[in-house]
Amino acid sequence: MDLSYGPEYEAFRAELRAFLEANRARAPKAGFGEMLLVDPALAAWQQLLIEHGYAARTVPKEYGGGGFAPDPLIATILSEEFRSQGVPSGVSGQGPDMLVPTLLEHGSEAQKRRYVPPTVRGELIWCQGYSEPGAGSDLASLTTAGRVEGETLVVNGQKIWTSTAHAAQMMFALVRTEPEGKKHAGLSYVLIPMDTAGIEVRPLRTLTGHAEFNEVFFTDVCVPLANLVGKRGEGWKIANTTLRHERDMLGSAGTSESLFHALVKTLREERVDGRRAIDDPVLRDRLAALQARTVAMRCHAMRLLTARVRGESAGVAGLVTKLNGCQLNHELAGLAIDGMGETGALYRGAARARDGGRWLFHWMFQLGMIIGGGTAQIQKNIIAERGLGMPREPSASAARSEPKANGVPTA
Amino acid sequence: MNFGLSEEQRLLDASVRRFLAERLPPARVRELRDEKDPCDAAAWQELAALGVVGCLVPEAYGGAGLGVLDAAVIATALGHGAAPLPFLSSSVLAPLLLDALGSQGQQESWLPRLASGAARVAVAASERVERRQDAGVRAVDGRLSGLALFVPDAVGAAACLVASGDDLWLVPADARGLELSPLPTIDATRRLAELRFTDVAAERIGPAGGAGPALDRALDVARVVLAADLLGCADRALELAVAYAGQRRQFERPIASFQAVKHLCAEMAAALEPARALVWYAAHSFDALPQEAPLLAALAKAHLAEVGTFVLRTATEVHGGIGFTDACDLHFWFHRAALDRQLLGGPEKLRARAAELQGWAGERSG
Repeated sequence: MDLSYGPEYEAFRAELRAFLEANRARAPKAGFGEMLLVDPALAAWQQLLIEHGYAARTVPKEYGGGGFAPDPLIATILSEEFRSQGVPSGVSGQGPDMLVPTLLEHGSEAQKRRYVPPTVRGELIWCQGYSEPGAGSDLASLTTAGRVEGETLVVNGQKIWTSTAHAAQMMFALVRTEPEGKKHAGLSYVLIPMDTAGIEVRPLRTLTGHAEFNEVFFTDVCVPLANLVGKRGEGWKIANTTLRHERDMLGSAGTSESLFHALVKTLREERVDGRRAIDDPVLRDRLAALQARTVAMRCHAMRLLTARVRGESAGVAGLVTKLNGCQLNHELAGLAIDGMGETGALYRGAARARDGGRWLFHWMFQLGMIIGGGTAQIQKNIIAERGLGMPREPSASAARSEPKANGVPTA
Repeated sequence: MNFGLSEEQRLLDASVRRFLAERLPPARVRELRDEKDPCDAAAWQELAALGVVGCLVPEAYGGAGLGVLDAAVIATALGHGAAPLPFLSSSVLAPLLLDALGSQGQQESWLPRLASGAARVAVAASERVERRQDAGVRAVDGRLSGLALFVPDAVGAAACLVASGDDLWLVPADARGLELSPLPTIDATRRLAELRFTDVAAERIGPAGGAGPALDRALDVARVVLAADLLGCADRALELAVAYAGQRRQFERPIASFQAVKHLCAEMAAALEPARALVWYAAHSFDALPQEAPLLAALAKAHLAEVGTFVLRTATEVHGGIGFTDACDLHFWFHRAALDRQLLGGPEKLRARAAELQGWAGERSG
């Protein structure tokens, strides 16, 4: 057990700290729900970060990045320091985090040159077109059609849960190009300009009261066939290389730690019946229980980081982060609300609401995170099947041919 | 960055597990549960030869001179095997207290015998964790009177270390005026006793009124060891549940293929993996971050008690009716985890301690 990063990494950390100290005035302010909003003011900050190797670090130089080899320890130091300094870590979102790695792995040379540089500079905003009203957990059953007509793909259908679609210039999407093909083999990965005729974006208001997502409708949308990434019918395989990135982003220990520290502050400051919330032994008991889980998730993250550095599989431990982390975050916010009593129910627009009802937003938003990016139930299937080696549920078609297999005993 | 077990620790873990599978398999544990003293003396000696029994005894006294994380690795393996062995007292509490407080003569007398397995020493310190009106030991002119409760592994011990306030005393098991009564628990693999002292001559260990810090540290280490034991119990329960679900067929298919069963197993695994990392970190903190160790020990034991209870109950449910029978071995771990949960402070007690250590309660607000 050695929790130090070693001298060369500590030197990197010291340089980064000095840089953030000297330049923090140039950074845009991190706002409320920042991960969902597109902020063009980030671009100048992003440029400065790229020049210093603090953003787009592993993107090759010819595509506008730093050209460094991937290093999980450097990535962790970057995320730790930006977070602890409260400074935005440059441009993030589905473009830099999901599309760029996908294009670098599977894109044509022309696609990489055209799309990667403006994406990492924060000038080209992307949204992800995967989920559909009829294709959520069973994503590969999606039906949005991409009909090939000569050198054009004609897209018809509907996507949902499309965050940033209202601000995005481009979408990376999965569409069904091979209607005769098998379920997974019928899909292709395509890049769609959002200003193409026939695309309609409708905001999707959620139970938080905000519209963090959109629905996107396609009516005879014509896209050049050259916008396919990889070959026709390879879309599922290509998309899966980046779905892993999304799962790793959700439920990170850093988010839980930030929420925990904010929670302790809230319980220390909130006064009811002449005493602070933290003076209530029942609330304190819940707080300590959540602290144990928060510390456990930090330790868990260090364990997984060690496995990545060594190039080893973390086994079942590598599959449980999202399930635990999102649930923990939801409960951290829930305790803050309970600690505030009736004040805890005040939301946007209420003068007495603390921070505009920030804890209620987190509480609701984290419920969305429990569902999004693979529901908790899908996560449990993955943990049981891939982590514990338990058999898959027989498919519905197999169950129909064996009616007793899924039968309910009639006593 | 290297968060996890070293190659040596992985080998230690594997060797203890292999030893237990050969020498103390469930069938042997089942035989030993009816013994007054369930410790298999020959097995204890063999484990001493492997360096396990004396893991925390300094090398100068014939021990392995290992750290708390190594002891936690061993404890996880012992929990995994439901091993009926006096590790908590003779390998953790007694060596730590004698090493911290004993005179050179006392260390020379006891530490080599503890490390070799030739003598076992129990530790009576429950009153430092939870005070009860009818319990407590008073010392007057080096003679002890009173009642010590919940003493683990006292049966079969050659001597007992007895805490009385901030003093520590050593009493031979055969001392005149010392009376031992068993306190039956649900755990078949370890024994608790109460010790009644009537004017018993005792030998002081450490300075008068100066044993408090060493006692607190030893109890914190013991809490991490209990957390590690709970981890091992829960690991075994999950393994048994997954294996059973793969064999048991209902509705013409293995019950492991039903999501209702799979999700229970996934929930156990999801709870266990971060808890494992917490146990390692808390154990590591005694050597690397000693100022954080008391807090981490309290959080780790409280959390593992909750996770252990959840996993043992859930694994029993995955077994269905058979899991409720005595014929199924699962109850050895169910019962052991239930005792671990209560020993040296239950979850609420330890979370209150964690809050106190951080000054959460009763501070003046600014």
